[in-house]
Amino acid sequence: MERIRAARSSPLMKWLGVAPFFIFVLAFQILPSLNLFVGAFQDQDGNFTLSNFLSLFDGFVRRSYIVSLQVSVITSIVGGVFGFMVAYAITVGRAPRWMRNILMTFSGLAANFGGVPLAFAFIATVGHTGFLTAILHNICFTNGAGVQTCPFDLYQNGFNLYTLTGLTLAYTYFQFPLMVLTITPALESLRREWREAAENLGANAVQYWWHVALPILWPSILAATMLLFASAFGAYATAYALTGGSIPLATILVSQQIRGDVLGNPNEGYAVAFGMVVIMSLCIGLYSILQQRTAMWLKR
Amino acid sequence: MRISRINLWGLLWAILGLLYLFAPLFGTLDFSLRMVKGQYSLEAYQLVLADPKFLESFRYSAVMGIITVLVSIVIFLPTVYWIHLRLPQVRPVIEIITLLPFMVPVIVYVFGLIRTFSRPPFLFTLTPTGTDILICAGYVVLAMPYMYRAIDIGMRSIDVHTLTEAAESLGSNRFQVIINVILPNLRIALLSGALISFAMVIGELILGDFLVRPALGPYMVEMGKNYAYQPAALAMMSYALTWGCLGLIQLASRGGTSQQFTGR
Repeated sequence: MERIRAARSSPLMKWLGVAPFFIFVLAFQILPSLNLFVGAFQDQDGNFTLSNFLSLFDGFVRRSYIVSLQVSVITSIVGGVFGFMVAYAITVGRAPRWMRNILMTFSGLAANFGGVPLAFAFIATVGHTGFLTAILHNICFTNGAGVQTCPFDLYQNGFNLYTLTGLTLAYTYFQFPLMVLTITPALESLRREWREAAENLGANAVQYWWHVALPILWPSILAATMLLFASAFGAYATAYALTGGSIPLATILVSQQIRGDVLGNPNEGYAVAFGMVVIMSLCIGLYSILQQRTAMWLKR
Repeated sequence: MRISRINLWGLLWAILGLLYLFAPLFGTLDFSLRMVKGQYSLEAYQLVLADPKFLESFRYSAVMGIITVLVSIVIFLPTVYWIHLRLPQVRPVIEIITLLPFMVPVIVYVFGLIRTFSRPPFLFTLTPTGTDILICAGYVVLAMPYMYRAIDIGMRSIDVHTLTEAAESLGSNRFQVIINVILPNLRIALLSGALISFAMVIGELILGDFLVRPALGPYMVEMGKNYAYQPAALAMMSYALTWGCLGLIQLASRGGTSQQFTGR
C-alpha cells in the first residue's frame, strides 16, 4: 500500500512537505547564527582571521567566561546534589506519597520558572527587607555576659543577595527541580532485588551505593549535570534583573556588547558569542547522547 | 529499625525540597501584600493593574503569545505529520534542529537576529510592524523545542498511516486530513505545546528588550528598578500565570510529568 502511494507522488513532492519548516529554520535560526559565526572569523575589513578568539583568553572577556563557568559549575553541583537527594527521598527514600506528588508537580513547574520573576521572588524573600531575612533577623540569643548575638542575621553575617552567593541561591531554584525531573526515572529503575542481593553478599549501604547503584546511575547523573550546566551557562534574565549586570557573566558581556560595543571591536563580540555556543552545544550534545544511552538501557 | 532510619533520611530531604520550593513563593506573596504599613492589603496589585503601561505590555505579550502559538502550529504540525507519514529518514536531522535553540543562548540568538535583520538586504527593524514580525519569528524559534516535542509525542500515539488512508479513501485531500482528522486527534498535545509556548512568550525578556518592543519582560525589569512592592506583585501574577498554564498541561496529560528542557 505504502509503496503504491510513494510511487504515485514524485520525490520532489515528498520533500515539498517539509519545505516550509526548513525555509523558516534556515531564515530565522540558521542564518542569524551563521552570520555571527562568520563575523567571529573576520577582521573589521572582512578578511579571514582567528585573532578574535585570542581575546577570549585575556582581559575581561576571559574573566567573564571564568565567572560564567564558575557560576555554572557551582550551581550545577549544588543543584545537582540537592536535586539528587530530593529525588532519592521520593523514590528509594520512600517519602510519603503526597510529598512525592507535590515535589514532582512543582519541580515540573519550578524547572521552567526563571527570568525576571525569579529574581523578584528572591529579592522579596531574602533581600534586605525580605520575608525570610526578617524572620531570621529576629532570632537572637543573649549569652551569660548579657551580649546579644543574632546568629542568623543574614546581612550581618556577610550574606548579600546581589552577589555570586545570591545568584547561586536563585539559580538553585530552577536547577534542583531540573535535577529531580531528570534523575527520578533513573532512580526508579534501581531494582530492590539488587540491593537485597548486595546485602545478602554482605554489603553495607555505602558499599551498595558505591559498587552497585552509582555505577548504574552515573550516565544519568552526568547527563543531568550537563543539562544543569547548560541551563546556568545560558541564563541571562535572572542575573540581569537581580544584579543589574554587576556580576560579569559571559551573557551579561554579550548584552553589553549588543548595547554599546564595550569591547571596541564587533568581531570580538561575535567570537565571544561563538565560544558560548560551542560550550552549550558540547553540553547539550553530550546530554542527548547520554540520555539516549540510558533510555535504551532503561527500556531493557 | 533500619527501615525507619532510611525513611527519616528520605523525609528530611523531601522536606528540605518542599521548603526550597515554597519559601520564595510564600515570601513573595507575603511581601506583595505588605505595601500598606502594618496590615495586609492588595494595594500593590491594584497599583500594577491600574498602570496603563502594564496593561499595554501585557496585551502586547499576550497577543504575541497567541500569534506565536498559531504560527508554530501552522509550521510544525504539517511538518511532523509529513515526517511520520512519508519522511521518517529526516527525523534525526529535524530532532537536532529542534535542539538548536537550546544550544544558542537567547542573548546570543538576539545578537544574531540584530546583526542579520537590522541591515540590508533583510531590513526588518525599521518599522514597528517589521520588528514585530521579526520578534514573532524569534518566539516561534524559541518555542520550537516545546512545540515540536509536544506534537511529536502526540503524533506517536496515533496511527497516522491508518487515519490518513481512511480519510483519503473517503475522499479527503491532504489539507482536509490535517484539519479534520489529525488536528482533533492531537488536541491534548497541541494544548500542552500551546500553553508552554504562551507562558514562555509572556515571561520572555531578551527579545522584547533588545528589539525594543513594549513586552512584559522589559516592563517588569523597569518596575524592578524603580519600585519595591509592585515587582513582588508582578512576580506573583507571573507565577500564577505560568504555573496556571503548566498546571493545566499536567492536568490535561493526567499527571504525567513530561520532562522538559529549559530555555531561559
